[in-house]
Amino acid sequence: MSVDDDRPLLSTRGLTKYYGNRIGCADVSFDLYEGEVLAIVGESGSGKSTLLSLLANELAPTCGTVLYRMRDGETRDLATLSESERRLLLRTDWGFVRQDAREGLRMGVSAGGNVGERLMAVGSRHYGRIRATAGDWLQRVEIDTARIDDTPRSFSGGMRQRLQIARNLVTGPRLVFMDEPTSGLDVSVQARLLDLVRSLVREMGLAVIIVTHDLAVARLLSHRIMVMRAGHVIEAGLADQVLDDPREAYTQLLVSSVLAA
Amino acid sequence: MSAAETGPTHGYNFAYLDEQTKRMIRRAILKAVAIPGYQVPFASREMPMPYGWGTGGVQVTAAIIGRCDTLKVIDQGSDDTTNAVSIRKFFAKTAGVATTTHTAEATIIQTRHRIPEHTLKAGQILVYQVPIPEPLRFLEPRETETRRLHALKDYGLMQVKLYEDIARHGHIATTYAYPVEVAGRYVMDPSPIPKFDNPKMNMSEALQLFGAGREKRIYAVPPHTNVRSLDFEDHPFRVQQFATPCALCGAEGVYLDEVVLDDRGGRMFVCSDTDFCEERRAQGFTGTMSPDWKGEGANGGRQANER
Amino acid sequence: MSTQPVLILDNVTKSFTLHLQGGTRIGVVAGVSFSVEPGECVVLGGPSGAGKSSILKMIYGTYRCDSGAILVDDRGTYVDVASASPRRVLALRRSAMGYVSQFLRVIPRVPTLEIVAEAAREGGVEAEEAQARARHLLAMLNVRESLWSLPPATFSGGEQQRVNVARGLAAERPLLLLDEPTASLDADNRKVVVDLINERKRRGMAMIGIFHDEDVRAQVADRIIDIRHFADSHAA
Repeated sequence: MSVDDDRPLLSTRGLTKYYGNRIGCADVSFDLYEGEVLAIVGESGSGKSTLLSLLANELAPTCGTVLYRMRDGETRDLATLSESERRLLLRTDWGFVRQDAREGLRMGVSAGGNVGERLMAVGSRHYGRIRATAGDWLQRVEIDTARIDDTPRSFSGGMRQRLQIARNLVTGPRLVFMDEPTSGLDVSVQARLLDLVRSLVREMGLAVIIVTHDLAVARLLSHRIMVMRAGHVIEAGLADQVLDDPREAYTQLLVSSVLAA
Repeated sequence: MSAAETGPTHGYNFAYLDEQTKRMIRRAILKAVAIPGYQVPFASREMPMPYGWGTGGVQVTAAIIGRCDTLKVIDQGSDDTTNAVSIRKFFAKTAGVATTTHTAEATIIQTRHRIPEHTLKAGQILVYQVPIPEPLRFLEPRETETRRLHALKDYGLMQVKLYEDIARHGHIATTYAYPVEVAGRYVMDPSPIPKFDNPKMNMSEALQLFGAGREKRIYAVPPHTNVRSLDFEDHPFRVQQFATPCALCGAEGVYLDEVVLDDRGGRMFVCSDTDFCEERRAQGFTGTMSPDWKGEGANGGRQANER
Repeated sequence: MSTQPVLILDNVTKSFTLHLQGGTRIGVVAGVSFSVEPGECVVLGGPSGAGKSSILKMIYGTYRCDSGAILVDDRGTYVDVASASPRRVLALRRSAMGYVSQFLRVIPRVPTLEIVAEAAREGGVEAEEAQARARHLLAMLNVRESLWSLPPATFSGGEQQRVNVARGLAAERPLLLLDEPTASLDADNRKVVVDLINERKRRGMAMIGIFHDEDVRAQVADRIIDIRHFADSHAA
């Protein structure tokens, strides 16, 4: 397979969001291909979360387009998707791992039910098979299957994030959005989660757009990095290039202040 | 019909509600019948009874009842509980209609928590009192979201609830208000009837109307409509089974209530549908606790219901 | 075997602008031009700080260059790393060039054997063959088999270095960039690495490397390019 002739999975041009007069993000354009991990870095308020919401079609842009190549090969403008198409996309071909697991999980539903929900949403009606698949996924994310009937309320922060990942990946998505998935976790727990994400991304050939303020996370996981500041993408390129040879003053500041050790 | 002066009780319009309100409710009912299982919002009125006592059902009944109707009201299968008696009296007083306890004689049956054992016939209307019309409510608290889920026929969440049941109890432990899919489209809360009654909703000849007063929703299952209880392929829907027949009339295959007899563990199981039980006893059927119990085989092995 | 160069650098210039220090411009190299043929090992010479590592990093795409072209042969087509899209450079790294750095940078929990086999798989080798190659390389480089199932984070510097070399050699890409691959190795292991390099050369692999060890340099280098010739005349 040549890299020159296949089409991007997701492609955005001039993506812009204003909140009144305030800029959320402005004029963002890039292409993302299957299997690529793109990190969006920047400090809080830089517009990276707004950008993620726009890309994931959770927020309507002020202007600009997001194109996505569906499973059937057809490239669609996300703004023209019907609500049911959008939802189908969200629970089959996409995943969204939230910073706060309580937003990404059903806290009152068992781990098995959390993982099984997507399967049931797309029509699975065999309890035994749903449960077996959920059990498999718990193992893959290193959660003891004995916990399958426990609710995430009794889970640690790291386990909750891993459960979120299982819940999102069970339908074999092609694109996963991650919003600060490791923030708030202990360093050792972070490492385990990153390692897991990295191996799953590799195994499943996932495309990932990950928002993080942690440059170490970006270096470990991503192929490419976009640096955002005040709503604008100020620098983008290969992950090692942006981190080892930052061009913009702001990126140099970020790199020198975070990786000083 | 129009004039208030024709009402049986001076000062009230026929069946309590004014005609404009009835029109509004009838419109909601027509829409509900046209879209089986869909919850139609309506401008629920204050009624002279507290919420939770059947204000939704009463408004639906008031909107459809005519002078020639015969009304039956049951609460948990019984015609003589406080709630059933008051509602029956309410319509006897405000509409002057005939009332009955016999299922077969009634043209309108308002019910709380049961469907009568006698199979309902064409021309009969069953009016359910509904406390919480939204089957997705306990899983998704946002009304905006539940409406969208219905609109998109996005019912994975409902299945999650049943999954949780099996995971926790080894079987689907929901025994009442068991969710159904109506006409292959909307998932509906059948009101808190036992799941035992769910099959009676399917392809019924009678019109079934549901009124939720506090939540301001009306929905309907028209006659001859497919009503399917949700389940899993490997955990199919099953109704409750009772170990013994009715202790008073010997009926089997009917829904039984447990009656505690004393404080030493004495108890009996009897028909929840009191009218049905009385009719059978009048026909000479007996049960183990009947004064004139005739012993095993006394009922000639006849089954209770032709359902 | 093709006779056209695997790598061509044409008038490459690199400087850093330090915005945090008032926009100071530090020249690194200017006018770098050379090429590397298949089966050839070119060693970059010159004192430390002269920009040897920077040149390797520009070839690999880790550093940008200010001007000039860096052409890498990708199965008959030259790709200019200096102007290629990130995606194109990533593809080059999978198919055309490998990099052995001084330090092993890996995710904490991945076992050693996996790290090496994964590098081979990235280069397009089948899973089973990748495992076999990883075992072979680790054995040759005297990494004890008892360590293979462990993550290398706790290994000694020399052990980590050897894992790193194994990783770089696992995929057999036509061009290999070597940044001090023998720096922390003892004499025996240095010899193993030298043998491996020479064996790859015979198979037509092109290499460009930095070796401070005179002995190693003498054994592998076909040509030494003194990069003092490319000193930036604007340098401070």
